[in-house]
Amino acid sequence: MQDLTDEILELIRRAATDLPPDVEKGLRAALENEAPGSAARGALETILKNVELSRANSTPICQDTGTPIFYVYYPEGWNTRKLRAQIETAVVQATQRSYLRPNSVDSLNGKNSGNNLGGQHFPSLHFEEVEGEALTIDLMLKGGGCENVGAQYSLPNSQLGAGRDLAGVRKVVLDAVHKAQGQGCAPGILGVAVGGDRGSSYYASKEVLYRQLDDTHSNPELAALEQRLTEESNLLGIGPMGFGGATTVLGTKITSLNRLPASFFVSVSYMCWAYRRRRMVWRDGQASYS
Amino acid sequence: MQKISLPMNADTVRSLKVGEPVALSGVMVTGRDTAHKWMVETFIKKTRPPQDDDLQVYAALKPLLDGGVIYHCGPVVAGLDSQEYRFVAAGPTTSIREEPYQGDMMRHFSVRGVIGKGGMGPKTLAACQEVPGVYLHAVGGAASLIAQTVTRVLGVYKLEFGVPEAMWVIQVQDFPVVVTMDSHGNSQHAVIEQQSRAVLESLIG
Repeated sequence: MQDLTDEILELIRRAATDLPPDVEKGLRAALENEAPGSAARGALETILKNVELSRANSTPICQDTGTPIFYVYYPEGWNTRKLRAQIETAVVQATQRSYLRPNSVDSLNGKNSGNNLGGQHFPSLHFEEVEGEALTIDLMLKGGGCENVGAQYSLPNSQLGAGRDLAGVRKVVLDAVHKAQGQGCAPGILGVAVGGDRGSSYYASKEVLYRQLDDTHSNPELAALEQRLTEESNLLGIGPMGFGGATTVLGTKITSLNRLPASFFVSVSYMCWAYRRRRMVWRDGQASYS
Repeated sequence: MQKISLPMNADTVRSLKVGEPVALSGVMVTGRDTAHKWMVETFIKKTRPPQDDDLQVYAALKPLLDGGVIYHCGPVVAGLDSQEYRFVAAGPTTSIREEPYQGDMMRHFSVRGVIGKGGMGPKTLAACQEVPGVYLHAVGGAASLIAQTVTRVLGVYKLEFGVPEAMWVIQVQDFPVVVTMDSHGNSQHAVIEQQSRAVLESLIG
């Protein structure tokens, strides 16, 4: 089996130091919507300057390089045990090279492992066998500030008057955006999962963040809700960094899962503007990145 | 943009108003979750006896924090093996987690500036009026850019807390921030929270 450690290290470097083009484009469009001389516009100017500098110097966009979340889609014949070992080696090397901050802390004694490994769940690895010849690795780095403002609601929610339908989903998502204020590093991107159990719902709300920022949902009803939630979140006026302004959210991505008759969860994963996700495809002995 | 040297005297602090952009130069200390809990439990509430080098670190920190600035930051640091430390990425972390500790910590050490992101609550705002102090907002995620204003790492305390949680003593030049909580009881964060709440209620009410 091919050793992909070097290629995975390059995937991590790109994810940590170079923002995806669709996100950078979204931030540039947001800048144009903020008033000249406003704190909001100043924040976005700083953000975009920082993005360029990070790319030029291969330094982390944000010092919180987050939880590395890997989704590996492998064709028949690959060994997931070996792939796990290669990813772990690449993560250690990326930490030594300062692409990643040592971020894995033992929850009981507070000790930082120093190399971003620790237990079965750090980094977060997901494997799925797929048809065809190509191996794909998706990587997202999700920082703690935005992870902390994520929220899960169990509907109906009488306080918000949210019932078990898309109208109720809309209400709780807007509540989550309000509660987050600027603390998740607005402008953020919302990953929303409707249904599932508590665990699968949260996972799905992160997985949906692998979509492109400017794509459109294939379900017209959800496409309309995504657009509406983005527009209404921006009416809240929280703005970049919570300084007040026109852009609080760059986009909304919704997915749904089957649920139990008794349960109706809505999970919101808030992704900060430093929306670091990258893909590597290994095909015919060559890696390509996007 | 107003340029300010650290440490700050009380008059300088009182002259700062919400909304004002400021460039800071001088020495500051990083500290976040573990450091705040450690400081308050060991030296202020004294619910935990000092251990290891706690008392020496306290003696070293006291003059640095007197009139000084604490920066909520967990940096990416190069040169860990050689101890020739260099900040590679050093944006702010979310400050609200220190709300239970910050006011007591500011009063105890006479800290006049707190740098972070996302703002803080009424306890810290009250301490800002008393000490006096200000909350200074850095742009979250702008880590490479901010690291360039760190001209030197002067030292580190409590590295056993881990690189992000250790207390790094740094020299900065023109570190960019915006005043979002001042010593006169004004908080930009409280204003935005209230305004956005009114919009939320009109949207979902």
